[in-house]
This record gives sequence, C-alpha cells and structure tokens, in this order.
Amino acid sequence: MSAHAAQQSAGMALADKLKDALRIGLVALLLGIPMLGLTTVDQGGGLQVMTRWPLLAQFVGVVFFGRLILQWLVGHFHLRKLQRQRVAAKTAVVQERPWLKWLGAVALAFAVALPVAFSGNRYVIDIATTVLIYVMLGWGLNVVVGLAGLLDLGYVAFYAVGAYSYGLLSTLFGWGFWETLPVAGGMAALFGLLLGWPTLRLRGDYLAIVTLGFGEIIRIILVNWTDFSGGPNGINSIPRPSFFGLEFKPPGDTPTFASFFHLEYSADHRVVFLYYVILVLALLTHVFVSRLRRLPVGMAWEAVREDELACKALGINVTGVKLSAYAIGAMLGGFAGVFFAARQGFISPESFVFSESATILAIVVLGGRGSQLGVVFAALLLVVLPELGRDFSDYRMLLFGAAMVLIMVWRPGGLVARREPTIQIETAAVQGATP
Amino acid sequence: MIDTPLLEVNHLTMRFGGLTALDDLSLAVPAGKVTSIIGPNGAGKTTFFNCLTGFYKPTVGDVVMHHPQHGKLILNHLATHRVARHAGVVRTFQNIRLFPSMTVLENLMVAQYNTLQHASRFSLAGLLGLAGYRQAKEEALAKATTWLERLGLIDRANVAAGNLSYGTQRRIEIARALCVDPLLLCLDEPAAGLNPRESAELNELLLYLSREHGKGILLIEHDMNVVMRVSDQICVLNFGHKIAEGTPQEIQQDPNVIKAYLGEEEIEEASA
Repeated sequence: MSAHAAQQSAGMALADKLKDALRIGLVALLLGIPMLGLTTVDQGGGLQVMTRWPLLAQFVGVVFFGRLILQWLVGHFHLRKLQRQRVAAKTAVVQERPWLKWLGAVALAFAVALPVAFSGNRYVIDIATTVLIYVMLGWGLNVVVGLAGLLDLGYVAFYAVGAYSYGLLSTLFGWGFWETLPVAGGMAALFGLLLGWPTLRLRGDYLAIVTLGFGEIIRIILVNWTDFSGGPNGINSIPRPSFFGLEFKPPGDTPTFASFFHLEYSADHRVVFLYYVILVLALLTHVFVSRLRRLPVGMAWEAVREDELACKALGINVTGVKLSAYAIGAMLGGFAGVFFAARQGFISPESFVFSESATILAIVVLGGRGSQLGVVFAALLLVVLPELGRDFSDYRMLLFGAAMVLIMVWRPGGLVARREPTIQIETAAVQGATP
Repeated sequence: MIDTPLLEVNHLTMRFGGLTALDDLSLAVPAGKVTSIIGPNGAGKTTFFNCLTGFYKPTVGDVVMHHPQHGKLILNHLATHRVARHAGVVRTFQNIRLFPSMTVLENLMVAQYNTLQHASRFSLAGLLGLAGYRQAKEEALAKATTWLERLGLIDRANVAAGNLSYGTQRRIEIARALCVDPLLLCLDEPAAGLNPRESAELNELLLYLSREHGKGILLIEHDMNVVMRVSDQICVLNFGHKIAEGTPQEIQQDPNVIKAYLGEEEIEEASA
C-alpha cells in the first residue's frame, strides 16, 4: 500500500515533497500526542498523567525527515527505471546475458561444495536444505504462476498431499522414500487436476480466491479427519530415507551407512545426505522445467498467459494447456512434500497453512515471474533474511517487511525480470538495432 | 455446374438480447478467391467473424465448411479451438492479439502447437529429444522462417513482438495465422493503421495467398484501396442485413451501397 502510494508520488517537485512530508508529520503529531506525548506514571498508589513533549518532537521530526528521504529514494529509483526502460526500448533486440549463466554456474558450484565448506556446521546445512525445498516449491509454482499465468494461492495443498502420501504410505504400508516419490507426485498431480478442472473459466482475482479456498479445504480435512490423517497430532516417526538400503543410525546388527563405509558414526551424515537428496531433486526439477519450457507445451503455457483468446483462434486447446500446467506444478510440489516429510520425520497440518502458500508465491513474484534463477535468489533471500534477523528478535519481521518493500520498489518486475526466449535463429540484424 | 464453395453460411442470425446483430445472412466463400465484407461501423462484420470462428454461437443458422479431407463440418457445432485446428479456419483480430512478451519467432512456433505437440508425444519424446520430435521442430522452424521471409519480418525474428510497430505487428499476426496452415484465412481489418506502401504490400500478399496457395480469404476492411483491388467478390452489410453482393464494379454502382455509405439523397440535397 505504502509502496504503491509512494510510487505514484515519485518525481514530485520539492515544494510538493515538503508539503507531503508536513502532512505526514501532522498525522504523526496527532497520533503521537496520546501514544507518546502523554504517559501514565505510577506514583504512590495513584496513576498520574505526565507529558513527554521532547520525545514527541523527536518522533515527529524522524517521521518528517524519513518521509522526505523515502520520497527522494522512490523518485530516484523511478527515474533510474525510466532511464532503463528508455535504453531497453532502444535496444529492443533480445541480447544474450552471459553473466546470468555464469551466476547460475557459480551458485551451483557453491551449492555442491557447501556441505564440505561448512562440514560439521549443522545449522548452515539445515538452512541450505530449507532454502532448496523452497527453491523446488518455487520452481513448481513458477510453472503455474510464472509461465501459465494462473494465480494460485493454495499451492501448499499439493505440498501437503505429497507429505501426507509419504507419511501414510510409509507408516501404514512400510513404503520407502524412493518408491513413494513417483506415487506421491502422481497423487499431487491428480489433486492439481481436481483443482484445475472447476477453475478453468476463472481468471485473476476470482481464480486466486478459489485456489485459496482449495488450500484451506485440504488443510481442514487434514485437521478434522483424525482417523485418516491423525488430525492436529499429525503423523509421527516417519522413516528417513536410506542410502541405497543403508540406514543412517548407530552401528547395530544390520550394516549401516557408517559401518559399510568404515566411517565413525555421526548424526551429520544424514543431514548432509538429505541436503544432497534435495539438491539432486531440485536440479532435476530445474532441468525438467527448463526443458518443458522449450517444448510446445511450455510455449503454449506462456501463450495462454499472454492471450487466451489468441490461443483459441490458433487452435490451441486452452483447457488442456491449463490443466497440464496445474498437474505439473502440483506434481513438483508433491515431490517437495515427500522430501519434507522424510526430512522432518513428523508432519502435522500446521506445516501447511496459508502463510506457506504466500511465502512460495512471494518467492515466485520476487524472483521474477517465469525466471528460474530469480526463484533461487528469492528463496535464498526469504529464508536467510529472517535467519540473519534473529539477533534483532523483536524487529525481525519489521526489517523483513522493509526489505521486501525496498526490493519491490527497486525491481518491480522481480529480481530477474528479463524473459529468455525459448528459441532463436541467426538474423542479420541482431547486432544492428536501430538507435 | 458450379463447384461447391469452401464455406457456406446459411441464414445466419445472431441476437444479443433485443439487438439483432446479424439478420438472416447467407454467403458462399470460394477457395482461391478473396471475399470482402464491408459495411459501416456496427454493421455486424466482426460479429460475423466471431460466429464463423466459434467465439459466438449463432442464434439461428449454420456455418458449413467443405473440408477437402474431413468433409462437411458445421463450424458452429465445434469448440472454438477446433474451428482452427480441425476445420482450418483461422482468424486475426481487429485489435491485434499477439503474445507481446514472446519473440516474433516464438509467436509463429506457438501457432504450430498442435503439430509439434503431436510430434512430442505428450512431451515425452520432446523431453528425451528423440529424432522424430527434433525433425518436427526443424520443419516447424523452416515453415516459420519461410513466412517470416515472405512477409519481410525475418530480421525481427528474435525481437519481443510487443516492442514492434503497429504495421509490423499486423504482419506478424498474419504470418502467425499462416503458420496454422489455414484453408480459410479470416482477416479483420488487416490494413488498419498501415501506411500506403504497407497496404500495397498487403494487397500483393493477399493476391499471392489466394492465387498461388489456393487459400480462401475472407476480409473485413474499411480501406477501399485494398478492398477494390484484391476482392473477387464483396458482400456489403448494414445493420446486420446483407444489402448487396457482387464484384467490385457492381458494388461501386449499387444504389443501396451508396445510400448506406453516403446517406439518403434528401440529406445530400439539403446539405448541398
């Protein structure tokens, strides 16, 4: 809200800015009189009202100058954006961006080397695992929101379907992690179709409301259907994935991971192993989604996002295209859910609340809709930033919110807003863009 | 003996509540010829296109396509996307509808979705990069580049379509429609906003498509330079009625048409 208002007011004259800041200062003064200016002090059994005018003056001053600085910042970024747009319009020809590829390669190398670099530091590896879960969820939701342009506020439902599929199949029927993975993915895809079918005609806000409702339905079923899902108590002691049949546990009768490789048993082995499992899953997701994007179905997703009517006029079955986006997005969410259940060993409906959906959506929007690399940066930011803020305890969410607002003012299209074409041909005029 | 036309419109009526946008319209569109629909604003031309291409379901009447392979198809019974896919009737829009953030080439590749999707076998062959899919993709690319070259767009192939000028976007939309391999191409005001040179090129293209490729072309157009030069037959609509039909010469002399375009004689006298 404030970012939106601020953007509108970007580029005002100095007098207007002063007037605006004065108005905000006046509001601060009015609000501040009862909240800061007056205070009650306990004096010998009775409460006495005291005044704190200097504090109030400081507060109003901070608000006044803060508003001026905010105005200046927003105007500054707005101008820069306009300049960039002008430059972009001049060089409308799509350019290669080699540094983005390099950045991706560096990020991958870092991800592979991370457990070695931070060996023994369980905290870092745990955080990195969480980041990768969100990266995977972001990539999955990116298919639905970023590519197909279908706003989905209930994505966490598919995450839950995946997690509960593994939780139930493993505790009731003794299924292992790797067998459950495809089955749970299929289950989630089925639920994706179930959600997709009734929402085919909806768009924008209406679609968002229905998907939001769907996410809540799944959660409420999990809470209330105690016989099936364990209700609010969730599912306990879900088996952890093994390394090709070798368990991660202290040496016993059966060969374990540590005894097989003649290592000293350490609880960190499993943490590192899980990290690599999610890294591999995430990379597979990446390869899968990037390849799909270059296939006819991926191009059709983007075409449906751009113009549904034009798609119909070209003979594209929009129903099928949308349903495939829902199913594939849901399937990837399901995979992430299976991993989540296997990592935690315990799941309950509390892990699948709306705020999770909102976080995943924020990752996609912040990263830049449709951008794979953007999702990585956004997931990193959204998971690591609150962690870094732990030292500031009370102000953590405040700082987090401020950072979000600043980033969206700075890059309204997301961190990596540029769209990479899926197919290119050599043309004579690629370099010779008309100035 | 007259050949069966490509498309037959029989007693087409379209009502929106109390408003009758099209009233008992019948028309035959032959292959290899250019048929123009003209008429003042609000005459029902675009409504006619919408009925034809499955965007509206007509209240009364039928649109019958005589497809060389699939036989007789009743277009108003088909789903919108099947009109293009199955019957080969592809349209462009009065207000251009490209995929603006996708490149020109991608726009043309999306148009070949059905062929490519079939070749990719539910994306499996595509994911694995099998030879059959790769070949289909090469062919699609070749078709796209052929049309881009023919329409002078090849230099712009890698540019986002939304960044290009109005006239260029019009040409892209035609190129994209051609990539669907239509039997009948329905163009809704393709010359709107084009400069004289561009519209001369459009004339030439329309003649080329109908004569060389044998495509049926149905044209809605206000620019009489285009209509009178390329049309084989013209149908004039006014308030949803067909008021005249014939060759360009016949239409230019038709008293009903003159009345519809220039008004009643009394008004002319009064203003004179």
